[in-house]
Amino acid sequence: MSEYKTVFGGLNDFTPGGVDAIDDNPKNYVFSNVFDVASRSAPYERVAVGKNLEYVIEVLRAEGQSPWYACAHDEFALCMDGEVEIHLVKPDDADVLVDPDSEGAVVLDEVPDGRKMGRIVLRRGHQALLPGGAAYRFEAGAPAVILTQTIQGPATVERWAEICQSESRPAA
Amino acid sequence: MTEALQTHYKINPASNETGYKSYEAGSFKFTRDEYFVSIVWPKGAHTMAADGFMRAMMRTVAWGFFYGTLSYDPVFGTTNHYGIVDMFAGTYHPVFKENGRDHLEKFKAEDLLELFRDLVDDWTNEGYDPFAAPGEDDAGQPWGRKNGNNADAVTRIRVTANRMVGLPGDAEIRTDANGFPQNRMFADVSSDQPLVEAEPGFEDEVAAFNLYDYLSRSDVTWNPSVCSVVKESLFCPTSEEFILPVEHGNDRCEWFVQLSDEITWEVKDKNTGKPRSRIVMRAGDVACMPADIRHQGYSPKRSMLLVWENASPRIPDMIQSGEAPVVAVQF
Repeated sequence: MSEYKTVFGGLNDFTPGGVDAIDDNPKNYVFSNVFDVASRSAPYERVAVGKNLEYVIEVLRAEGQSPWYACAHDEFALCMDGEVEIHLVKPDDADVLVDPDSEGAVVLDEVPDGRKMGRIVLRRGHQALLPGGAAYRFEAGAPAVILTQTIQGPATVERWAEICQSESRPAA
Repeated sequence: MTEALQTHYKINPASNETGYKSYEAGSFKFTRDEYFVSIVWPKGAHTMAADGFMRAMMRTVAWGFFYGTLSYDPVFGTTNHYGIVDMFAGTYHPVFKENGRDHLEKFKAEDLLELFRDLVDDWTNEGYDPFAAPGEDDAGQPWGRKNGNNADAVTRIRVTANRMVGLPGDAEIRTDANGFPQNRMFADVSSDQPLVEAEPGFEDEVAAFNLYDYLSRSDVTWNPSVCSVVKESLFCPTSEEFILPVEHGNDRCEWFVQLSDEITWEVKDKNTGKPRSRIVMRAGDVACMPADIRHQGYSPKRSMLLVWENASPRIPDMIQSGEAPVVAVQF
């Protein structure tokens, strides 16, 4: 008997399932695929693939160097394919950089002044804390895929009609 | 339906024939024999195989009634109103309903949970693990007369990280050393750890862990555990194999991200059980369960599923009032 093979998929290796609507509207399920979305995104677009009131899950195609981001609250980054480096900085004046009451990630115009917090390298399946009040930047030598747990903010991109299944489609 | 809170709870002595205790909550009565569980209420009775009933009851207890409705099958189940719980028979079955055979009673959640904890302990025999998939070597068998118990299996604490698994003082990562070997179906999952270089003073904030390795070492199925928290947004990944033991009726939108392998979801109307959709989710797929459905998953190989919940206690009322949507996103 063969060993079990765990299928994780990837940017160049994904086979989406689908919604077979029996008596339903397939749009109700907001069905998409992380790798499909990343394959059609520009580097570091933060495309929402899940939304629950103010909270979102975003997909980022990591490729090259991202801008610096800052966020008032914790976020998390899960690497779903490839390898991603994260650089963290504690800004000298985080409250000026980002309103402490704001939600979601903010793109910074320049490298923030502050203390270097550290560096993390994620590979597939690794999840990192992006601590609230910190600034961070991603870097990937080859295309990779990040899933974030965060709150909708100015950097979040919504294009549901482009990424989601609209017609009933039994999985092949 | 009886609106008043039920206060009658009774645990009857073990049967001389089977060795199992029987239970009463309100006017519901529960007994089990070597193969089956019987549920009796004033206008009817219902029989379930002991394996399916025990797997469902185990989740009810472990999840503290979870969010919304847990239907053990098309007839029997519970609905969580967060402090108060409905226990029902036939309430969401059109034929029971049309013929007046349905019944629903309300209970204080903690009191009913206490009775159910005793039931799970008594009705779980030595070696049987209701959290395990039936194909696992250590799943054991639910059948037969009363034969010991398995307290270690049925009293597992559901992991609820405060911030993220692996942070100092938070939920621990799983390793061979602390008793969590990789599951047989995840033996090919890498256990490598992320590179973390924290500058002095930032050791508690510069942190990462291998989520897939963590899930590959889960010793339970269909038991979402909180692994990371953004205010009321909870990432609750879980390992799935065989069948979700309940049809979960949503009282809010619930999102799934299929991290590995494949799960098929049968989706039905929450109130009538009428089929609505069949959804196949493969690695990387994302889908939202609307707030007006019930769903049950089938995972032929052990898989990793990220369940994403908005834990706000306001949501059921917001949905009732129309303030929150039944479908998460309109496009």
